[in-house]
Amino acid sequence: MADFTMKTDADGVAIITWDVQGKSMNVLSLEGWKDLDDCVTEALADDAVKGVVITSGKDTFAGGMDLNIIAKMKASAGDNPAQGLMDGLMESHGILRKIERAGMDPKTNKGGKPIAAALPGTALGIGLEIPLACHRIFAADNPKAKIGLPEIMVGIFPGMGGTTRLVRKMGAMAASPLLLEGKLNDPKKAKAAGVIDEVVDDPVAAAKEWVLSEPKIVKPWDEKGYKMPGGEPYHPAGFMTFVGASAMVNSKTQGVYPAAKALLSAVYEGAMVPFDTAIKIEARWFTSVLMNPSSEAMIRSIFINKEALEKGANRPDVADQKVKKVGVLGAGMMGAGISLVSALAGIEVVLIDRDQEAADKGKSYTTAYMDKGIARKKATEEKKEAVLGLINATTDLEALKDCDLIVEAVFEDVGVKAEMTKKVEAIIGDDAIFATNTSTLPITELAKASVRPEQFIGIHFFSPVDKMLLVEIIKGKETGDVAVAKALDFVRQIRKTPIVVNDERFFYANRCILPYINEGVRMLKEGVEPALIENAAKLVGMPLGPLQLTDETSIDLGVKIAKATKAAMGDAYDDAADEVIFWLADEGRMGRKANAGFYDYDEKGKRQGLWQGLRDKYAPKADQPDVTEVQHRLLFAQVLEAVRALEEDVLMDIREGDVGAILGWGFAPWSGGPFSWLDILGAPYAAERCDQLTETYGERFATPALLREMAEAGQSFYGRFGTGVDSKAA
Amino acid sequence: MTDAYIYDAIRTPRGKGRKDGSLHEVTSARLSAGVLNALKERNNLEGHVVEDVIWGNVTQVKEQGGCLARTAVLASDLDERIPGLAINRFCASGMEAVNLAANQVKGGAGEAYIAGGVEMMGRVPMGSDGAAIAVDPSIAMESYFVPQGISADIIATEYGFSRDDADQLAAASQQRAKAAWDDNRFAKSIVPVKDQNGLEILAHDEYMRPETDMQSLGSLKAAFKDMGEVMPGFDKVALMKYPHLERINHIHTAGNSSGIVDGAAGVLIASKEWGERMGIKPRARIKATAKIGTDPTIMLTGPVPVTEHIMKQSGMSVSDIDLFEVNEAFSSVVLRFMQAFDVDHSKVNVNGGSIAMGHPLGATGAIIIGTLLDEMERSDKETGLATLCIASGMGAATIIERV
Repeated sequence: MADFTMKTDADGVAIITWDVQGKSMNVLSLEGWKDLDDCVTEALADDAVKGVVITSGKDTFAGGMDLNIIAKMKASAGDNPAQGLMDGLMESHGILRKIERAGMDPKTNKGGKPIAAALPGTALGIGLEIPLACHRIFAADNPKAKIGLPEIMVGIFPGMGGTTRLVRKMGAMAASPLLLEGKLNDPKKAKAAGVIDEVVDDPVAAAKEWVLSEPKIVKPWDEKGYKMPGGEPYHPAGFMTFVGASAMVNSKTQGVYPAAKALLSAVYEGAMVPFDTAIKIEARWFTSVLMNPSSEAMIRSIFINKEALEKGANRPDVADQKVKKVGVLGAGMMGAGISLVSALAGIEVVLIDRDQEAADKGKSYTTAYMDKGIARKKATEEKKEAVLGLINATTDLEALKDCDLIVEAVFEDVGVKAEMTKKVEAIIGDDAIFATNTSTLPITELAKASVRPEQFIGIHFFSPVDKMLLVEIIKGKETGDVAVAKALDFVRQIRKTPIVVNDERFFYANRCILPYINEGVRMLKEGVEPALIENAAKLVGMPLGPLQLTDETSIDLGVKIAKATKAAMGDAYDDAADEVIFWLADEGRMGRKANAGFYDYDEKGKRQGLWQGLRDKYAPKADQPDVTEVQHRLLFAQVLEAVRALEEDVLMDIREGDVGAILGWGFAPWSGGPFSWLDILGAPYAAERCDQLTETYGERFATPALLREMAEAGQSFYGRFGTGVDSKAA
Repeated sequence: MTDAYIYDAIRTPRGKGRKDGSLHEVTSARLSAGVLNALKERNNLEGHVVEDVIWGNVTQVKEQGGCLARTAVLASDLDERIPGLAINRFCASGMEAVNLAANQVKGGAGEAYIAGGVEMMGRVPMGSDGAAIAVDPSIAMESYFVPQGISADIIATEYGFSRDDADQLAAASQQRAKAAWDDNRFAKSIVPVKDQNGLEILAHDEYMRPETDMQSLGSLKAAFKDMGEVMPGFDKVALMKYPHLERINHIHTAGNSSGIVDGAAGVLIASKEWGERMGIKPRARIKATAKIGTDPTIMLTGPVPVTEHIMKQSGMSVSDIDLFEVNEAFSSVVLRFMQAFDVDHSKVNVNGGSIAMGHPLGATGAIIIGTLLDEMERSDKETGLATLCIASGMGAATIIERV
């Protein structure tokens, strides 16, 4: 059955219904485009049709575009993918323009048939760009519906006319949060913002009534004398907007996201020409973004592979392990956060601590979270009571009896954890899975305390639990499939993204973050200007410089990890960064929590600037390195760890390596992750750079055997390890 | 090759570039024509004796648009066979007019030129002609565009100049300008602006604040701090280009930056033979000219590399120069010039500069060449260099020597 079907009623209104079979939400494919075109063409030609309503057969309008379209367009012009994209985009624009012009006379704007969009619910991406081409947009009064253009979040921008139409409709300033931040609104807010026109109970009925009312349908930008709201770029008001916009986008994206730049250029260049020319300009910039390796990598990791992992791409084939009741051991920051996200997902929680006061304090984290939600009108008193009602904060271990999952989050100490494991295993049922939330201790070691090590697993949450999107699941040597499935199903329930790794020191995320921090600290010691270290990191897309990151995670944690690692590794331990960290600890500069670390902070805890003491002790050299050299040291330190993790089978899937890096510690999202970054560089260049870095800075940059082999064979990570589906979809 | 000589150099007084400025009532063409007429009168320029009028002007829209150079010639008493060329190299437009004219004479393309420029900043506001480098995202982002005031503050940060350093330079500019006026040092080149009835409109530089001292300067607000740190946050863009800096030190204020004024200037440039035929004596030879491009973000460091460039081209060294005019667009520009070449302030802008008297963009380059020449004659110096920083990252320089 076609994706779009049309039925004309007795009043002469053609209802075009979008209903893609076998999908819970409509997505637009190349076939869909053709179906839509056929319906619109027929409606415009049919004298019996007075007007048209485009709606959906589902409770939502559409979720966006099928990203396979991009690959198909690229392939459609032989060895010239840019031409294929440009042609494909312009063809699609032709269809939308046909809707917008609706048969009006090109000179007089007379004639034509009214076409309205009726949105029952969520309308995202192309799902809003089609309505924007219609003459009026009606949306159902459905507060759960989300309306907007989120393309920028995955590294592209609204390139099917959404950019050009929204800016012409609202002005550049008003459209910027919607385009540049991908801000989504519920229907009422979308109407207030001017994105849609009406919020009604029955959008199809209202749309029908409107198309029969002989409304004016010509778009303002197709009329003579149209002026862009807020002023075009060389209008005095527009001038300031555009000068400011470039500066803000440049600094906000640190220059590394091609989509934001291209979007702004499409807006600027389009604002000075007639609509049809503006569309062509938008298509050229959109094509340039789709041809950019960064956008391709971002779509692959942040959109396609993230979703695949969430849907269980690496889940063992065992029965549903959905969690009904979770026992959380330890009501500290992590335990409190885990309780909160579990209860929000509707899971019953038993929150245990040694004394009732501590347990209650852990539960109060959820109270505070819900109160904040109520203040922001995102939650209600009833919802708060329901969520709190799911959490039983107690000291009584017996309450854990019928929990099917235990998440232990007590003090990071093998002895303490072993004792808890034994005590709790004696109470819980035989089928229950015992998970430990540790960031540093080996799971296999901790599993020794368990009488059923195949049911023992690591679930590493990141802090703060309610904000961080990634959960790292760690398999001990004896961890079984059911435990893995249990952990994955739990992570899915709490709506986070999982990666599954094998048990080696620091697992995956921390294994890569520590060398990043250490490299930054090392450079400081060498006499690299600290501001250069921090700025270079941000300029390559890291959310925090290595020194700021250390302040955030605290200096004493650094000292603790350094001491423990040294004890475990012996002579193999590289202590280059210890001097600086230990010195800061001696100075009492424990990081943000102490209002003093690498940075100075004011009394309110607001970061001021780098502490001058750093430069006094480690005087910046007169000859400072090139910013790219600093960036390569910081990035290679991380990605080489990722490659080694893959070599050592800690990582079993490069998709997890990339998605985990972006969500776990914010690794340069523009790159698509460590493996995507190496693919963008190309293995031969990456290996050559490692050789140079090794010669200058030491063996920690030694080219891993796998990378050397790939360089010689001319391979890419996604070519060699990709599943075939993920690598070409974008 | 023929040598090019300066025979005359004049300017109008500078009026405040505001609605209540004395020159606000005068059109750009009429102010320009006044300068052309004065040159004609002083040098007896009857008939088709000048090859061209090259007129610098930055904001070439509205009354300053449409090739103002030709408009000004037609509005003046010059022979209509003398054409007009309007040029724009931002703040060095007036200097570039002089340099172009000199090099045309040197190359044999005509014997005599009038070069100069005008800017009525109160009538045609700066920036009203648009600028893709600031507005076009693809260019603004690639070139890390920041406004000039931010660039001046980057110079201060990068090269270590404090607010006091900048204010001291500004106070000196005010004191020197007052002393120069008191001593009638500009008498040779100032041409009062008169109306159609011969009534005087302005005869002195009205922007000056001779009472300025360190205390009054110190009380002024940093002019570019908000746009740098708050909206839209240009400092972050600056740090992307200068990542070894932790933050930008905003030292510039309305008091230690150049003033917004109205004004015009003209220079008569010709060969030796032309002067002999006309019976007038050359005052100086234009020894060398140069221009250069620099990093557009820090933007205003041009005087340093262009001076190195002109020295190399002319086989001279900075120690050969007796007197300098370095346009006081912002204090840090001059401070950086003196630092880079280890030149003492006693040789630079000795009669004050744009901080005290104002900077009519398109005219300033021609003004400072005249100011330099007047002072070389007064204090009997042989060789002088004038240089300016230029928007979008450029620099221009001229070396003159007395004959």
